Amino acid sequence: MTKKEKQKISLPPRPKVKNFKGTLKLLFSELSQHKFALVFAFIFAISSAVLVIVGPRILNDMMEVIIPTAGGGSKIAEITKYGIIILSMYVLAWFLNYFQGFLLNKISVSISKNLRTKLSKKINRLPLKYFDNHSYGDLLSRVTNDVDNVGFTLSRTLSSLITSAVMLIGMPIVMFTINWQLTLIALLQLPIALIIVFFVVKNNQKYFVGQQKELGNVNGYIEENFSAHNVVKAFNGEQKAEEEFGDINNRLRSTSRKAQFFSGLMHPIVNFTSNLVYVLICIVGASLAIKSNSPTFLATIITFMTYTKLFNQPISQIGTIFGNLQSTVASAERVFEFINEGEELDESFKNAIIENVKGKVEFKNVNFGYLPDKQIIHNFNFTALPGEKIAIVGQTGAGKTTIVNLLMRFYEVDDGEILIDGVSTKDLNRTYVRSLFGMVLQDTWLFEGTVKENLRFGNPNASDEEIVSACKLANVDHFIRTEPKGYDMILGEESNISAGQKQLLTIARAMVQNAPMLILDEATSSVDTRTEILIQTAMDRLTEGRTSFVIAHRLSTIKNADKIIVMKDGNIVEVGTHQQLLDANGVYTELYNSQFEDGEDF
Amino acid sequence: MFKLFKYLKWQEWILLIVAIGFVGLQVFCNVSLPQCTLEISNYFQSGDLSGNYNGLILTCLKMLGYTAGVILSAICASFIASYVVTHLLARVRGKIFAKVNSFSAREINKFSIPSLITRSTNDISQLQQVLTTLITLGFNAPLTATFAIINIVKLSSENGAQTLSWVNIVSVLAISIVVILIMMLAVPKFKTIQKTTDELNKVTRENLTGLKVVRANGAEKSQEAKFDKVNNRFAKIDLFIGKVMSIIEPSLTLIMQGTSLAIVWIVGLLAQTNPATIALMGSFTQYSTFIIMSFTSLSVLFMFVPRGIISGRRINEILDTELSLVDGKGATATKQGTVEFKNVSFRYPDADENVLENISFTVNQGETVAFIGSTGSGKSTLINLIPRFYDCTDGEILIGGNPIKEYKQSQLHDMIGYVPQKGLLFSGTISENVRYGKENASKEEIDKAIEISQSSFVYSFPEGLDYMVARGGKNLSGGQKQRLSIARAIIKNPDILIFDDSFSALDYKTDKVVRENLDKEYSGTTKIIVAQRIGTIMNSDKIIVLDEGKMVGIGTHKELMADCEVYQQIALSQLSKEELEND
Repeated sequence: MTKKEKQKISLPPRPKVKNFKGTLKLLFSELSQHKFALVFAFIFAISSAVLVIVGPRILNDMMEVIIPTAGGGSKIAEITKYGIIILSMYVLAWFLNYFQGFLLNKISVSISKNLRTKLSKKINRLPLKYFDNHSYGDLLSRVTNDVDNVGFTLSRTLSSLITSAVMLIGMPIVMFTINWQLTLIALLQLPIALIIVFFVVKNNQKYFVGQQKELGNVNGYIEENFSAHNVVKAFNGEQKAEEEFGDINNRLRSTSRKAQFFSGLMHPIVNFTSNLVYVLICIVGASLAIKSNSPTFLATIITFMTYTKLFNQPISQIGTIFGNLQSTVASAERVFEFINEGEELDESFKNAIIENVKGKVEFKNVNFGYLPDKQIIHNFNFTALPGEKIAIVGQTGAGKTTIVNLLMRFYEVDDGEILIDGVSTKDLNRTYVRSLFGMVLQDTWLFEGTVKENLRFGNPNASDEEIVSACKLANVDHFIRTEPKGYDMILGEESNISAGQKQLLTIARAMVQNAPMLILDEATSSVDTRTEILIQTAMDRLTEGRTSFVIAHRLSTIKNADKIIVMKDGNIVEVGTHQQLLDANGVYTELYNSQFEDGEDF
Repeated sequence: MFKLFKYLKWQEWILLIVAIGFVGLQVFCNVSLPQCTLEISNYFQSGDLSGNYNGLILTCLKMLGYTAGVILSAICASFIASYVVTHLLARVRGKIFAKVNSFSAREINKFSIPSLITRSTNDISQLQQVLTTLITLGFNAPLTATFAIINIVKLSSENGAQTLSWVNIVSVLAISIVVILIMMLAVPKFKTIQKTTDELNKVTRENLTGLKVVRANGAEKSQEAKFDKVNNRFAKIDLFIGKVMSIIEPSLTLIMQGTSLAIVWIVGLLAQTNPATIALMGSFTQYSTFIIMSFTSLSVLFMFVPRGIISGRRINEILDTELSLVDGKGATATKQGTVEFKNVSFRYPDADENVLENISFTVNQGETVAFIGSTGSGKSTLINLIPRFYDCTDGEILIGGNPIKEYKQSQLHDMIGYVPQKGLLFSGTISENVRYGKENASKEEIDKAIEISQSSFVYSFPEGLDYMVARGGKNLSGGQKQRLSIARAIIKNPDILIFDDSFSALDYKTDKVVRENLDKEYSGTTKIIVAQRIGTIMNSDKIIVLDEGKMVGIGTHKELMADCEVYQQIALSQLSKEELEND
């Protein structure tokens, strides 16, 4: 499978939140690590909100000074005084506002970074079992999309939550100090707007979820069809596909239309309620003015006008906050879900080592199953003596890698034990067990870095000479030297070295590691003939004097092996030497003959 | 982006104009509100409120009318806009889908499948946002600003208070400067952060794809260090962008508050000599709010629209792609089941060298022909020329006696049963998948295809043929999928069967049984096989050996073992000498 195919396209996450409260709690515990900065940000936010609220109140006083003096005695000094006071308040508010934004941004960046580090570390601490039923695409999406989303919405949600709360509480108080009747009218907006906003948000949420779901369907259908483009063409399936797609596409269109419509409504509606209240204020204000016969009442009306506009802010933000919070928690849940997955048990206390490893490997009464209710290895006993070559054979999908998984402790046996030189691997540190094996897999994984760095992967202290001599043995020295940068050539996903050369490099890597035991997966046909011969000789050199477990594809390997493990449907069905197994005339014989018979037909 | 508007129907054009009309109405009603404020202020200023009470109430009723006008026209505009935009984009999506279906492999590879998927989903969603916003806000903001500025200039000159217009000019300038500065600082960093996100993805994926190797080598720490490096860089850029973006909101608030303060302040000073200006305070404050809001939304729009333009361009790239394959006029096969290559060469677009060079051979009806060669020898490319997934660069390919370019593609494909390299199945039941080859196939035909392709494992599912294949065939093994895709091809009962390395996923035994079944049941069908294993092809009537795009051998296994060096090498690498000599 190529890398491109593995990387599934994933949509922005918007799943249903399973545990809202629990996730919120975890989010708060992340936040609480920044208590100090958070407290300051809150103080700044509250103070700036207070200034925003008080501003129009003082402006009101300024207007009251202006109105009666109009045309009369000069009050320029007093006007200027008010002006300067208000201006400095606004400038102060700017600073407070900026610094709260600055702090919250800093907090959210640091939390996102922290979460990403945790996710990255977690990858290496999870049992491999976890990755059996989780796609890489989904995990990548958690590291980037979800963490981004948490960071992005967290600072915004926090900031607008505080500001809105202060404004919703503070503004009515200040308004009451100017005129209580008009304040009551202004407050009317709150319940009206809230009811409408909640109605819209609720509908919107419904259609939005629907839209994401239909988008997922469209995405899936397209992916399937485009990936199988050749098949669709070869079977003249275009017409049928277009018809099916038309149906899915129309369903998406109809939910999109509703989602788009409702999401466009929020702003006009909040605006409408504020306009409505404004008209009421004018009417009531005018009658109040007639009663009190005060011309300065114009100032009051203008001030209330400002306040009703200001009041829009927290109200229209309720919807946004609600949506953001929902989305933050949804993403945070996905992040925490991964972070809190069960890890491999801590084994740092196990520091036993085997002096001078001989390479005797024993399976004692081993039971194992990938799923708890489906045991595939029953009471398996087997001994590999030092230096022996053990072949593992079986049809595709017979579970040959299971043995490797158990040896390397990628998976733990359910029962029984595996011993190396008589020591149970359970009593050894996991990392140490792994260091005893060199591994060459079909999946020729190399990381982005120089050839040298890659070769030192399993043995950071290897000298340059050791590396070069390993490469010579692995038949890859010549190739490296013909490249412009030689051993400092950068390898990576885009580097255009062939599959065969990669395989040779992984063999060289195992040679540098120089582990007492080996696990090999023989090269398949994805390399050309000449390279295949090079790989074979390199592998043969590598296995010399080392206990090796070979996942075998070639007859010659199988025949020469000291012992053969035959697997079928995940189970170990036969164990023995080539001759013993042929004599038993069982699965092995059948398997062996099936690739042989063709030749005999000649 | 605007090019996509050509897919609008005329009714939708009319709707669009109606929507813009509603936006205009919305703006008109909205901008009329400060006019009413001015009237009310004048009543106050006149000092005789009670005398003007009826007029006052009338003004208030007018305001109510305008308010209702604003919301109603906003709802109508939003409704129509969302209708037109979603209909347009669904149509575009359908067109993309159909266009991609008509692509040849050449065009598909040019775009890559993940990119085609993103373009038909993410890019369209992006456009949906941008276009709806553009229709509503895009007309609203400039109209509002224009109306408001005209009214302000008019009012201020009527009342001898030109200074007040200057306040707005200054605030508009201030907004523009803030927005431009921030864009200059932040936009380049947006690109950097996108790149760094890609790197985060890369490092994480590297760790994931190499899980076993990393653990086997105990190299967890070094992978984590690599991640930390990128993560730190990411956080640094993220922090910088945050710092810059935190300036916007406080600054806009300050400009807005500053403007209303300036208006009151200036009115206060002007009122010392000209009391009439006091009435202007309320409406001016409102107007300037409008202007500032409009400019704010315009600047949001400026950040928004480029994304839409990019998405639009990406979509148009697909729709404007010229098809490299031209469908033939149609023809009838005269020599059924024959395939002939006449001096065929092929090179990929933009490549310097030919992948296939001067290939000629003939296959007669019922023959089995196999292609073998190392990776990159061109064998898969060669058989992909037969169903015209690509057109050859030079030479000619004949099927059934006619050049393949003379057939309609559907005619050509009807003659061919194609089994791809990977067993690609569709989500749906097993029987739907097998029937993909022949829509009206009977139960017996399906059972037979399943038997021949060794797919009888399906009967062990409790649902049998109704077993649901998951998307991407995740709930079947590679070999199972491959066998079913063989069943799908043979149920067509085509003249020619093509197996593009289809047997590699099968174990030796199944491989053998399937081939024996095919020989028995489809003896009259021409079979063209690409294979990796010598065992798969040893019995073929003809084996064609490819090496670096050239034919280096043709003949039976025995003949090639005698005189083809490349073939000998391949054979020896797979079977030991004595095994071959045994034969």
